[in-house]
Amino acid sequence: MELNLEHRAAAHCENGAISSLLRFHGIDLSEPMIFGLASGLFFSHVPFIDVGGMPLTSFRTVPGFLFKRITKLLGIKTDTARYFNKEKSMKALDGLLESGKPVCLVVGMYYLPYAPKEYRFHFNGHNICITGKDEKSGDYTVLDSNTTCKVTISSSDLLKIRYTKGGSYPLFGRMYWIKSVPEHIPDLKPLILRAIAKNCKIMTTGYPGVKYVGVKGMRFLSRRIRVWEKKLGPQKALMNLAQVIRMLEEIGTGGAGFRFIYGAFLQEAASRTGIVELNDFSSRITEIGDKWREFAYKASRMFKKRKGESYTYDDLGDMLRNLADMEESFYKDLGKAVKKYKN
Amino acid sequence: MKVKEVPQDLKYYKGSVVRDLNYAVDENGQYKAVVSDGWTPKNDALDMALDEIKMQCFQIAGKVRKGESSPLEYHAAKNMLSVRLLAEYTGIPKRKIRRHFKPENFAALDEKTLAVYADALRITVEELKNIPE
Repeated sequence: MELNLEHRAAAHCENGAISSLLRFHGIDLSEPMIFGLASGLFFSHVPFIDVGGMPLTSFRTVPGFLFKRITKLLGIKTDTARYFNKEKSMKALDGLLESGKPVCLVVGMYYLPYAPKEYRFHFNGHNICITGKDEKSGDYTVLDSNTTCKVTISSSDLLKIRYTKGGSYPLFGRMYWIKSVPEHIPDLKPLILRAIAKNCKIMTTGYPGVKYVGVKGMRFLSRRIRVWEKKLGPQKALMNLAQVIRMLEEIGTGGAGFRFIYGAFLQEAASRTGIVELNDFSSRITEIGDKWREFAYKASRMFKKRKGESYTYDDLGDMLRNLADMEESFYKDLGKAVKKYKN
Repeated sequence: MKVKEVPQDLKYYKGSVVRDLNYAVDENGQYKAVVSDGWTPKNDALDMALDEIKMQCFQIAGKVRKGESSPLEYHAAKNMLSVRLLAEYTGIPKRKIRRHFKPENFAALDEKTLAVYADALRITVEELKNIPE
């Protein structure tokens, strides 16, 4: 049994999975649109959450948030499920496919068979969409937006990746799907404005009193990065830095990458809503994205030294603080601009 | 980022279907999605993490050869599995796993336990009993 759904690449796996589900139900939105409507821009640096022995730095929200936000905004009814019983979880998946619905799964990278070996680390937040099952062999058809084509996966492998263990984020075979879509998709203009305003708020004031999130989180990291070498010793400091870069640029889900997606979103939003001003903001966030890339490049030069280039942790800290300032004024201006058009 | 600046530094994606998708601006200032083979700073960061693991493995391999540690510890380090994580994957208590890091206790393990470890470490039982040269 095979559902009729084309493969489409995306920069971020959750965007791609959401896009697959929406497309199947007749809502064709571009990836930047999905990302923007879900208010996907994010930053956090949380020292007490341990990822492979290093503090968590993240440019994405918790897996599942984007899906929740965008479906709520569009008035789509959805369902999610987790299972303690492995057999039950596979039966539920088969049942949904049987009834003609694609299902998205949150899976771990550790056992993911088609990923390059070096990328199979302990990370339990990859999103894939299952669109079919071969009755004879029991293999499932997978739409993974980070691959170049459709892939298949055996049911034993699928079971493994659905139940990958991992301290801070256990999976329990988590899956989500769309139950029903409204007959008419609401007018996108007010939704776009609302989503932008929300994202600006999350990044600037977000969670009052929490210093780990948004531009405050960037400043927090910029302060910490300066003392890493003194506090942790050179080797551990470099490891921490490498971790930040990997998070910054990991399989398309990076910090700079997200800024560029948001730029694309603002551009599309400008043409959809007719608010030309958003184009200027699009080029501003593009500039910020370029600066993030520069940061990643310079940071990577800390452990792959080249002649004539020497950067210190203080330089990186300065860059981060600068970025935080740029982003803060960007979100504040954007928030104000959007408010004008919201009546 | 401009479309022609999208990096195409193929390294770890070689031989797999996984690729990056980047959004970049073309000559007319319009955003476009461009497939990317990877980026050197990113590959370098991964190198750094892998080198660190290699170093650890090298040290543990030395210990295994001297008879101070078991191949289990080596393979756990190679897979970035801490004792806590290995315990979660296998269901074997941390205290026991630490005990299995000793060669004499490891040698006394039955096939069933070895198979559980091998599965968590993505290798065969034969591979688990030895360390590569």
